[in-house]
Amino acid sequence: MHPAYSVIFFTTASGAGYGLLALLALAAIAGLVPPNFWLGLVGMGLALGLVSAGLLSSTGHLGRPERAWRAFSQWRTSWLSREGVAAVATYVPTGLFAIGWIFLQRVDGWVAVAGVLAAIGAVVTICTTAMIYASLKPVAEWHTPYTLPSYLILAAMSGAVLLNALLAAFSVGFPALTVIALAATLLGWAWKRLVWMQNARMVMPATLNSATGLTGGAVRSIEWPHTEANYLLKEMGYRIARKHAARLRLIAQVTAFLLPALLLALSLLVGGPVGILAALAAVPVQLGGLLVERWLFFAEARHVVRLYYGV
Amino acid sequence: MTCLPQKTDRSLGLVIDLDTCVGCQACVTSCKEWNIGGHMAPLTDLDPYGGSVDGVWFNRVHSYEHVTDAGSRTVHFPRSCLHCAEPACVTVCPTGASYKRTSDGIVLVDEDKCIGCKLCSWACPYGARELDVDVGVMKKCTLCVDRIYNDNLAEEDRVPACVAACPTGARHFGDLGDPSSAVSQLVAERDGVDLMPELGYRPTNKYLPPRARTERAARVDAPALEPVSAEGGFLGWVDRLLSR
Repeated sequence: MHPAYSVIFFTTASGAGYGLLALLALAAIAGLVPPNFWLGLVGMGLALGLVSAGLLSSTGHLGRPERAWRAFSQWRTSWLSREGVAAVATYVPTGLFAIGWIFLQRVDGWVAVAGVLAAIGAVVTICTTAMIYASLKPVAEWHTPYTLPSYLILAAMSGAVLLNALLAAFSVGFPALTVIALAATLLGWAWKRLVWMQNARMVMPATLNSATGLTGGAVRSIEWPHTEANYLLKEMGYRIARKHAARLRLIAQVTAFLLPALLLALSLLVGGPVGILAALAAVPVQLGGLLVERWLFFAEARHVVRLYYGV
Repeated sequence: MTCLPQKTDRSLGLVIDLDTCVGCQACVTSCKEWNIGGHMAPLTDLDPYGGSVDGVWFNRVHSYEHVTDAGSRTVHFPRSCLHCAEPACVTVCPTGASYKRTSDGIVLVDEDKCIGCKLCSWACPYGARELDVDVGVMKKCTLCVDRIYNDNLAEEDRVPACVAACPTGARHFGDLGDPSSAVSQLVAERDGVDLMPELGYRPTNKYLPPRARTERAARVDAPALEPVSAEGGFLGWVDRLLSR
């Protein structure tokens, strides 16, 4: 599948933003984050900024972005529509929680309710994003039980690393959170490797025999209907050179998982300014790695329509 | 609304005979000719005379070699929207632009509602939908909805443009929901098949597989060359004379 930069940025940024939002709201309600105006403002600003930038970016690949409002109407059948509804609905409790927590310095009563609802909204929105891909039968690599957990784990991972950096920057970090961020990073790595192992065994959900109705024997494409690449080949026939795939997988693993894990372990061990710097550095390194991981998620996914072209 | 109808009054569709299709592309050009000014117009062509021509077509003819124990043969394969009973392209649509008609089962796109998110084209395993990058909306086969009900056309012309154009009668149009219709009977008689039935889209259009080979037909190949044997008579004498 063609990796559209707008969608790669959207899923990565909104995943991290919603992960941070859910964890920050729950941590604040649990009393793990001391009330601090600037921390609240920066934290909620960061979460909402990532989410909003991602959502805005996602309209970038639309043919007619000015009609994007119509996408809220078909939530009964469409996961894309549900994603839009969930994303917008999540802004309401998030805004209320932000007002209560940052400006009123409260985490009880309706502020707590709003915080829990914001966290639920964040998780639901991530699930709807994942289901857009997981529900597509023609793409074997996406239509698996692994896609939904992948999105949830990677969002929780990047959200935890972000929250750890945020609290470290305000010198209110605590080792348990760093351990959680480190564990989430290692879990993300293990899960991604598991997914890649599954993909290696993946077969197309159909064959050129069943796609053409020609039973028995072998069917071989001898002539395309057109001489130049068309929309189908550009969008669904995207092929990534094998050597790049292997190298990009290595880059993704090092930057999204290995380096952040080492940086988090360093911050856990040494503490002080070096520890804070390490916790902060883990964020851009990991988000950069996740962009590569997401690029591969699209580029390595194979659509069955490729069968017709014998590619 | 992108909810699918429980049942359609009719299931209009095509039956394509892979035995008689000769891959002439007449259906392809006829489709383009009609639809470039039809319901989903325009069907933009970009750089039409340049080196990277790209455009929207509803119907494309592939050619395959089918190799079996009985030998190998060329099969021309027209590919277009199958107007499925379970069209995931409709249910994934976030705006309601894609819909399946209850009256005749035709799957259409409302161009005024389409946001060009491409998700429907991802959901279609048959490659039936193509984005018109110039207009920014998705385009697809309409089963010539603007021909088949068109009172301004002579009755015999109220068929999809591809069907009207086919010189070998390889394309048939009718109600596949009615078991007594000519197309349904043709499908039953020739063991017509669904494409990619394992994906569960339940396509309306059916494909008739090439007929089994037969040894009964007259041989059309030239007889093998024989060595020239010496002849008697006058020609034999000339032959011997010239061979000296």
